[in-house]
Amino acid sequence: MRGRMGLLHLRINGDDVEVAAPSHWTLLEVLRYRLGLTGSKQGCDKGDCGACTVLLDGKPVLSCLTLARTVEGRAVTTIEGLMPAHVAAGGKGADPVQDAFDRCGALQCGFCQSGIMLSARALLDRNPNPSDEDVRAALAGNLCRCTGYTQIYQAVELAIAEATGKRPTPRSWESAEPRGSP
Amino acid sequence: MLRLPKFEVATPTSVGEAIALLAEAGPSALVVAGGTDLLPNLKHELATPELVVSLAAIRELVGIRVDADGALAIGAMTTLAEVAASELVRTRAPALAQAASLVAGPQLRTMGTLGGNVLLDTRCQWINQSYFWRSALGFCLKKDGTKCHVVEGGQKCVAAASNDTAPALMTLGATLELEGAAGRRSQPLDDFWIADGIYNKKLSHAELLTEVRVPPTAAGHRGAYGKLRERNSIDFPLLGVAVRLDVDASERVQAVDIVVTALAAQPKRLARVAELLIGIAAHGAEFERAVEAVASTAAKQCHPLPNIPGDHEWRKAMVPVWVRRTLRAAAGRGGPVHED
Repeated sequence: MRGRMGLLHLRINGDDVEVAAPSHWTLLEVLRYRLGLTGSKQGCDKGDCGACTVLLDGKPVLSCLTLARTVEGRAVTTIEGLMPAHVAAGGKGADPVQDAFDRCGALQCGFCQSGIMLSARALLDRNPNPSDEDVRAALAGNLCRCTGYTQIYQAVELAIAEATGKRPTPRSWESAEPRGSP
Repeated sequence: MLRLPKFEVATPTSVGEAIALLAEAGPSALVVAGGTDLLPNLKHELATPELVVSLAAIRELVGIRVDADGALAIGAMTTLAEVAASELVRTRAPALAQAASLVAGPQLRTMGTLGGNVLLDTRCQWINQSYFWRSALGFCLKKDGTKCHVVEGGQKCVAAASNDTAPALMTLGATLELEGAAGRRSQPLDDFWIADGIYNKKLSHAELLTEVRVPPTAAGHRGAYGKLRERNSIDFPLLGVAVRLDVDASERVQAVDIVVTALAAQPKRLARVAELLIGIAAHGAEFERAVEAVASTAAKQCHPLPNIPGDHEWRKAMVPVWVRRTLRAAAGRGGPVHED
């Protein structure tokens, strides 16, 4: 029988979770419609926009194209898990990436923001002092239709500067040649 | 919201178990590797399987190693991000590392696998659409219909091979290791393709691609991959050019191979390239003249169709440009070639 309900054993934001869902559901559907974790957004739902980005064993993946059944036994981090993880590690308040996004006003409608902050967090965990090119490359899979990305890059740069104790470097986009048309 | 059609999911932990599941379920089962192409296709109802067999839990399919014979062996479930970042691949098969680095965007390369990219389904702007969209046109040759919207009166599907790694692997003389209920076989990639966009590969239903093998490359091996696409952060190729250019100790071209993709159902190897390049120095004025001659013959041999996005006349005009750039990149140990 197709689409049978089954019990999934997932590890979400450090918690072991047992949840019943149809076999063909994506991780995004389980997060949003079973667990109420609506921070992961359902945008294009086919892998173009990056709004559904979550971390799987610390690496950014698209939850809209991940079958929930296939992530059993692996660690899933959603945007709801960033601040608790930061606090559990001895930090105060929000994750530094979230804090930098807040202080830089790196959002308008906010729809893309969870995915972008998770892509940024994965980058900083992998490389605490990335170059501008690294930041652009790491965020290339997340579309934002409001901001024009400037404040988003600014926020990531601020998070890097604070984590490494450096002043923000001059912003590459302020002196860059106009980029080629798409 | 795009829902998946209903199906069961199996997560075998060994190749043998996966093959048994596929053999038992028959054609109503599909294999999923990274899922980055299959899941959108299922959401568009390009297939409605009863069972989806995920290879995600099969550890033996992951890894990159060099065998005793010097061949590079890459497990089919190794992710594109891992292939792109691997020092072994970058030094021994630069065109492959470059091609993997240009597939889609970061999340999709973290999920997508080398095996999945090699076996990627063909693409066409008339097929990679929702069921509702396709139904409005009475469907097409590739699925559910009888009419081709690309070639007037066409009886053969011309959906385009869109896998970046395949042309790179072809220039490297790669072999696919396939395993099925009937046993194992080694399939040279050159002879793997069929000129049919509906199903373009010699791979039977219950066969799995387990490993991609790249024979040892010469000391003077150079390679590059060039990719034209609408948005450099994500898209499938509008044109892909893979170049192999081996030079001897005095920097003269010893061997050359160019394979172009995103034209029709299979990647296309350019003819008459060796006669223009072998024996000449891989730099300087003589090389530049040869590059122009190769670019010009490439333009004559490649015929982009209105099958994938991007005006096909423009894509045709871009063939010599991309061949030229990618050849120069290979000669100068550069690449990958793409627009900023």
